[in-house]
Amino acid sequence: MSTETRIESKQGLTPSQTIGPFFAYGLTPRAYGGQELFTEQVAAEGMSGERIRIEGVVYDGDGAVVSDAMIEIWQADAEGRFNAAGNAGFTGFGRCETSAEGVYFFETVRPGALPGQNGATQAPHLTVSVFARGLLVRLMTRIYFSDEAANATDPVLALVPAERRGTLIAERGADGVFRLDIRLQGEGETVFFEA
Amino acid sequence: MSLIYPLDGLKAHPANASPEYKSTLKRAPSQPLILLPHTLSETTGPVFGHVAVAETDMDLTRQHAGEPIGERIIVTGRVLDENGRPVPHTLVEIWQANSTGRYVHVRDQHPAPLDPNFTGAGRALTDANGRYRFVTIKPGAYPWRNHYNAWRPAHIHFSLFGPSFLSRVITQMYFPGDPLFQYDPIFQSITDAKVRERLVSRFDIDTTEDHWALAYQFDIVLRGREATPTEEPHEH
Repeated sequence: MSTETRIESKQGLTPSQTIGPFFAYGLTPRAYGGQELFTEQVAAEGMSGERIRIEGVVYDGDGAVVSDAMIEIWQADAEGRFNAAGNAGFTGFGRCETSAEGVYFFETVRPGALPGQNGATQAPHLTVSVFARGLLVRLMTRIYFSDEAANATDPVLALVPAERRGTLIAERGADGVFRLDIRLQGEGETVFFEA
Repeated sequence: MSLIYPLDGLKAHPANASPEYKSTLKRAPSQPLILLPHTLSETTGPVFGHVAVAETDMDLTRQHAGEPIGERIIVTGRVLDENGRPVPHTLVEIWQANSTGRYVHVRDQHPAPLDPNFTGAGRALTDANGRYRFVTIKPGAYPWRNHYNAWRPAHIHFSLFGPSFLSRVITQMYFPGDPLFQYDPIFQSITDAKVRERLVSRFDIDTTEDHWALAYQFDIVLRGREATPTEEPHEH
């Protein structure tokens, strides 16, 4: 047995630093011919559940598009189960570099409702990380779906002032695509969480 | 609201509103963050033990036909949680500039040469003791437009997951004694000097390999669960 495994003492957290502008060839290297561990495809064809596409534009405080952000999502499957073991067909995890137009998207299955704290039920949602040049610490947010009745009783949405809840709720277009823009700062600023 | 991962450690992080770093000015949120309970969405996360990591993913000097130019180095360390427990089988992704301070990225316009034998991207899984190891080339400093004569200290970007959505972090590793530290608003965005030091790797003569490569140790501490969690009553 190595002595290394027995070291247990309070350790100071490693501080975060910005992802910077040049992450793509390391983390989202498709355009560089690199092998991508994670993509915008979160669920393989044939996974049970309703297939959905979610997309949006990331904006800065001037309303300019953010073309060097990386968005990651983590979600439950259609039955509300997290697939931490990464079973074939569904990782629950997606990663997307925004395009030159600031667009992110994911193709996945609609997550199911899942347990919250104290016996509450959480409405279906995606858990979201936003990384970008100019962000020293990733921003955490959530994406809910406008056609879910359970939003009305979701314990996390209830923590958000009513006038800002809309920044967390994707609307479904006539083409079936869910859309939600992410506004880092200013008018219509997305709700970001500390956790 | 119960929190499974203590928040105290988060004080180590820089503030997103750090105006000396100009890119934060239009990107840092202006509204206060809302405290989120730690539900299954936050306390679970993707597990990558099954991810195939090739030997050349950990050795950035062997990804092309020839050897890259620059100072060959070993970068190794342990991934721990705040309780000092190793984080085994977790994914570590890195990317960096080459020895001239030039990134492969298409938008890097620094007039320094690219190296056809160096991409600068790597990945590894930690072992059962939370240890990772890369072989690479020491990155160069490079200029940027934040202010007149602005240069980033040499650094390697690190991306880590740990066991949950909450333990996810992206950071940068620096090299000891870099004269650019005092001028760099990204490094200085961490206001506590002792906390900044956590991002500075340590030269290690014992891991240095004779006639081959200098070695640097860089341990990474991810968020850990409350040391003595209250458990649900078990059925006996």
